[in-house]
Parts: sequence; structure tokens; C-alpha cells
Amino acid sequence: MPVQVRLPTLLRQAADGKSTVGADGDTIGEVLADLQRSFPAMAGQMVTPDGTLHRFVNIYVNDDDVRFLEKLDTKVADGDVVSILPAVAGGA
Amino acid sequence: MSWPNDRRLHVTQQTLDSIVGHCLDAFPEEGCGLLVGDPAAARVVSAHPAQNIAASARVYEVDPKDFLRADREAEAAGLEVIGVYHSHTHTDAYPSPTDIERAVDPSWHYVIVSLRHERPATRSYRIVDGAIEEELIELTGMAEPIG
Repeated sequence: MPVQVRLPTLLRQAADGKSTVGADGDTIGEVLADLQRSFPAMAGQMVTPDGTLHRFVNIYVNDDDVRFLEKLDTKVADGDVVSILPAVAGGA
Repeated sequence: MSWPNDRRLHVTQQTLDSIVGHCLDAFPEEGCGLLVGDPAAARVVSAHPAQNIAASARVYEVDPKDFLRADREAEAAGLEVIGVYHSHTHTDAYPSPTDIERAVDPSWHYVIVSLRHERPATRSYRIVDGAIEEELIELTGMAEPIG
């Protein structure tokens, strides 16, 4: 399924400066794999070597956090908007 | 008084007041939020308060739903999320080891509001590969429209 992927600023450099790119897949895992095929510099930024979503990355399908759905197995539909967001944290 | 580098963060007094006000409202927990603006001009157009889902006086974590909302509003306005602000309730306005470790984007501006003393102190930093560089917060007039 073709979806639109909204990239955080940190990943845009790997995508020729684009803030939104197209990708294909039936699940979030497939969409991320397709993204990494198109933009190899993104490899390892979102998914850990053991195949799970990186702890400091949040991914939304439209308005839903995939961690509360099926994580990387979350299904996507034609026209969905996938947003990749870094987890923003810190503290004194 | 001279500043040791050319780095600036341009922000209106109104926006700065809203940031400090949110941090005071969040006390005793750390307050946090996103900065939306023009990255090329290092100019904050609006501050977007976020829920601190860590709900702590020592750490913060921006609710990703608030980040998503700020990112969408930024995109619609032709702007970007250009940084984050948070408060230090017990320490000075200087990045902590956790702030440095968790700094997500070297292009971002990291604004810290210290509530350690009676009078809040606000400073801004860039954090690149673990190196901290303070930038001057330059107060501007009303934000001008982009474009």
C-alpha cells in the first residue's frame, strides 16, 4: 500500500532534504524497510538489529501510536500518513 | 557586552513569557514544550506546551501526541519544530547529562528555564555530538509573517 511518511528533521538529510516521502508496504515494518531501501542512510535509525522499534522513536499511523497497536506489525492502508517522531526527553 | 559567538535564538517577549509561564504552571514537575519557527532564521514563532509524560520534577518526556500536533501545525504554517524547552526545577539553566544524552537533533535549539531561584532564568543552547554551545536569546518585536 502506498503511504506518505512524514520525516523528522534529523532524517531529512538522508532523504535529500524532503520532509515527506512516499513508501510502500502492508505493515509499518514493511514501510520502514521500503524507506531504508530508498534511503540507505536511514538504516538502523528506526529499527534495532533484533527487529524491534527503536526505544527512542515514536511512530504514528494517522493519529495512532503503533506501540498501542501491533507495533511493527501494524497494518497500513492506502493513503495513510505515517509520522516518525523522535522521543524528546531529558531532565536535570 | 559582546557575545562569544554568532549564535542567536530570536523570540518575542510574549512567547518567552508564555514558555516561562507554562513552566511555572507545571511546577513542581518539569514543564516542557516544542518550539515552532523558522529554522533558517533561528526564529521562534510559537511555543507549544506539551504534557510531561514522565510527570517528574527531575526528568521530562514530551508526550508524542503533543509533538505530532505541533509538527502538523508547523507544517501547515510552512514552519518546522526547531527545538524544545523544559524547566529545571532544582538546578541552573544548563544542560544536564540527561539533556545531552537525549538531545535528539543537532539542528534544534534547547531552551532551559531554571526555577531554582525566585526569579526564573532562561537560556538557550545547541547540543551537537555531546558538545554544548550557548546561544544568545535575542528578544524581538512581534513575529512577522513568513514569506
